[in-house]
Amino acid sequence: MPSLKEYRDRIASVKSTKKITSAMKMVAASKLKKAQDQAEASQPYASAMAEMMSRVAAGVIVTDASPRLLIGTGKDDVHLLVVVTADRGLCGGFNGNLARKAREEILHLEAEGKTVKLLLVGRKGRDVLKRNFENRFLKTFTGIAGKTRIEFADADQVTQYILEAFDAGEFDKCSLVYNEFKSVLTQTPSIHQLIPFSLPEVDTADIDTANEGKHLDAPYTFEPEEDAMLEELLPKNLGVQIYRALLDSAAGEQAARMTAMDNATRNAGDRINGLTLEYNRARQAAITKELIEIISGAEAV
Amino acid sequence: MANAENKTFNFELVSPERKLISEPAVMVTIPGGEGDFGVLANHSPLLSTIRAGVIEVVGENDNEPRRLFVAGGFADVTPENCTVLAEYAINVADLDQAKIEKELTDLKEDLAMAEGGQDKARVQRKIDLANAKLTAVTGELQL
Repeated sequence: MPSLKEYRDRIASVKSTKKITSAMKMVAASKLKKAQDQAEASQPYASAMAEMMSRVAAGVIVTDASPRLLIGTGKDDVHLLVVVTADRGLCGGFNGNLARKAREEILHLEAEGKTVKLLLVGRKGRDVLKRNFENRFLKTFTGIAGKTRIEFADADQVTQYILEAFDAGEFDKCSLVYNEFKSVLTQTPSIHQLIPFSLPEVDTADIDTANEGKHLDAPYTFEPEEDAMLEELLPKNLGVQIYRALLDSAAGEQAARMTAMDNATRNAGDRINGLTLEYNRARQAAITKELIEIISGAEAV
Repeated sequence: MANAENKTFNFELVSPERKLISEPAVMVTIPGGEGDFGVLANHSPLLSTIRAGVIEVVGENDNEPRRLFVAGGFADVTPENCTVLAEYAINVADLDQAKIEKELTDLKEDLAMAEGGQDKARVQRKIDLANAKLTAVTGELQL
């Protein structure tokens, strides 16, 4: 049985752990708020971009001469997976679940005879996937997910890399593997295809009626015309999608950390109660033992 | 809703990070990919690319236009709205000429050292951007 001093030390150490986890929970909560605000602030741009895409898409006929970002390379051999994780741990299953999803996808694609290349954003994903898939790594970006404010320039550097690799013919298809922020309690690892890009479905009847409501009597003018416009829009749209994924992942990371730290704080509390009980019991036993010794000593005289 | 008497329309400037401006405007001049164009209320629907340059916004009670520098993006014009999507936007008044000139000199050195087509193209893009900024500040064309 541990001595009383050992009990005291252990209680003190659990108490200080509890202080740390509850502080981390508070920090994560405030960072989560910021990340959510940022995701909200980026909404207008994304929706305006989506609206433009659908307007342009309405006037475009997809041919072999269409931008390659739209129709792909015509092959389906090499897949690039962009895996977005956090830079730091201690956020429950956040990174682990995503890495598992990525691993499943890699094995699934390779079982079909495709070549897989990986682009990693975030240190944790790299560390986990390094074990089995290091030879498939194309590049790793770190230091983005840990920032308090993720700027568009951060997403742009990833986008530019992808575009350059695509132009160099490094891959045929590109998908994004990231944690989708559903709510504070749930982040779902999901896969989203980036290249070739699927144009939004356009229902012409829908547009006509919508336009009538807005008194649009003139048709849209495109400057430059639709095809050239699309060529400009597609890379930008890629950037927006990546930026949104980074924001989603950042918000998800903080949410996951908050939940994980909340659990840890509660567990530490339970542990302290348990240890205190044992400590008191041991103290009581020591006192009783001392009393028995005194009494039996007195009786012997 | 716009009607014939209405002289203003809603002007919005949106960057990927947030909505920067949303206000009624009388006239907006936009550096379009194929030439500058002005937007008044009840403009016909138009989608255009934007090159790096200055957007001038004249509000309802303004005498002087507000000048904003934007780099790369798109403009979506309808009779009652004008939405500009820009990756980078800053007040022209906030641009610092000395700083830009220094940046430009640094970039030109980088260009001399850059190896490979991709690197060169990347630096060249930055130089073009800095040149456009300088034009916005001084009003002179940089060659």
